[in-house]
Amino acid sequence: MNKDSSGFILQIKDLNVSLGGQKIIEGVSLNLKDKENLMIVGPNGAGKTIMLKALLGLIPYEGEIKWKENIKIGYVPQRLSMPKEIPLSVEEFFKFKSASMEKIRESLESVGLNDFCILKMELGMISAGQFQRVMIAWSLIDKPDVLLFDEPTAGIDIGGEETIYNLLKKIEKSINITIILVTHDLNIVYRLADNVLCLNKKALCYGNPKEALSPENIDKLYKGEIKFYDHTHD
Amino acid sequence: MTTLMIDSQFFYSLITSVFIGGVAGYLGSLMVTKRMALVGDAVGHIALPGVALAVVYNFNIILGAFISLMIGIFVIWLFKTGTNLHTEALTGIVFAASIAIAFLLLPSGDLETVLIGDITKINAADVVISVFFSIIIFLILKKIFPKMILATLSDDLALSQKINVKKYDLIYLVIIGVIVALGIKILGSLLIGALVVIPASASRNVSRNMFEYSYGGMLIGIISCILGVALFSIIGFPAGPLIVLVSAIIFLITFLLKK
Repeated sequence: MNKDSSGFILQIKDLNVSLGGQKIIEGVSLNLKDKENLMIVGPNGAGKTIMLKALLGLIPYEGEIKWKENIKIGYVPQRLSMPKEIPLSVEEFFKFKSASMEKIRESLESVGLNDFCILKMELGMISAGQFQRVMIAWSLIDKPDVLLFDEPTAGIDIGGEETIYNLLKKIEKSINITIILVTHDLNIVYRLADNVLCLNKKALCYGNPKEALSPENIDKLYKGEIKFYDHTHD
Repeated sequence: MTTLMIDSQFFYSLITSVFIGGVAGYLGSLMVTKRMALVGDAVGHIALPGVALAVVYNFNIILGAFISLMIGIFVIWLFKTGTNLHTEALTGIVFAASIAIAFLLLPSGDLETVLIGDITKINAADVVISVFFSIIIFLILKKIFPKMILATLSDDLALSQKINVKKYDLIYLVIIGVIVALGIKILGSLLIGALVVIPASASRNVSRNMFEYSYGGMLIGIISCILGVALFSIIGFPAGPLIVLVSAIIFLITFLLKK
């Protein structure tokens, strides 16, 4: 009925997710256009990560999640334990995707990892920031149309002067990709999001960040837990 | 004539143990990575009743071990569906019961063969079976290895890559069963676990990436078997314990090298 003529690459209708008899997500609906950046914000335990997993089809859900046909999705999960007893090198990790050396280097450069010595290092031994970048590069290597990025809860220092914001900006610019980001940093949302979804089980607000993230909505979302201000500096 | 007999027996033992030791070392790197180091031991014990029956009724130990393992795994799966207990506890129950059954079945004279193996009982058919299955299992393992490692890092990441984690887990468990069944004639059910744990752990001490780790495990498994079987032919002690001791010494050396 509503084929690709809609221009949307993702259509979510009345999404409901229950885990262990408990409702985690209730009645979320939204549409996503190509190259649109959607940011999902909300307090801990609001169902943000679960929402990404539902989008990836990793967990059962009710309602409708409809991706554009043949869409390629890249995914950066929130927390990945990298046990030190696994001596997996960065290069070997990339070889899981049967990527050529040239592509690996290109992908590493796109996330600001220009020193290729890292390829010989063990994944469990690199810094949390480098690890995050490697994960992003890994998910970008087969040129996905959409990147689903679950930002770690604790805002990690990704190293150097670069922030997650700069990195995402760079990725967006260089490969022109649709990004769905789960984040805790409202500054990123203000600066990078086309649309924001405030999630706390239900969609409490949705739309352009400047309008959707009104002080009342933020207050409702976090229930007075924290206060954010719209930083307008660049 | 006697010399020829001894020689062919020696080669049968050597070839069989080298192939099984190699692939067990390779498999071991995956098992240690997945924190399943002790599974080899548990599986070795579950194989006991079948091995005991094979000794009593004089049929192939490998076949006996395999049948026993399949029944054991089925029983664990059956309990799993009907209780909230962890697989670990259920395995503990089945493995203890297996030992008890085996001891009731076995004549005491055959205890040693079953518990620590006896390479002098390896015949030409065993060599063919062992070499054939070792190669097949190595090829399958090589193919599923990256997928298993990715699933170990993150189930979600593997699933998002359209990797059927459950299917590979099942293949992996069957492989453990086959390796244990093959190795039991060499090392016995008490020692078979060592062949997957020690060479891989020794290799981990000195490896910097997954390639070195897994093939290092294979190499150390092979060296342990060659030296163990050679020592057996020189000093006459049972080969099983000798193979395990050689690999333990190699582990110590790699431990010191790492320091």
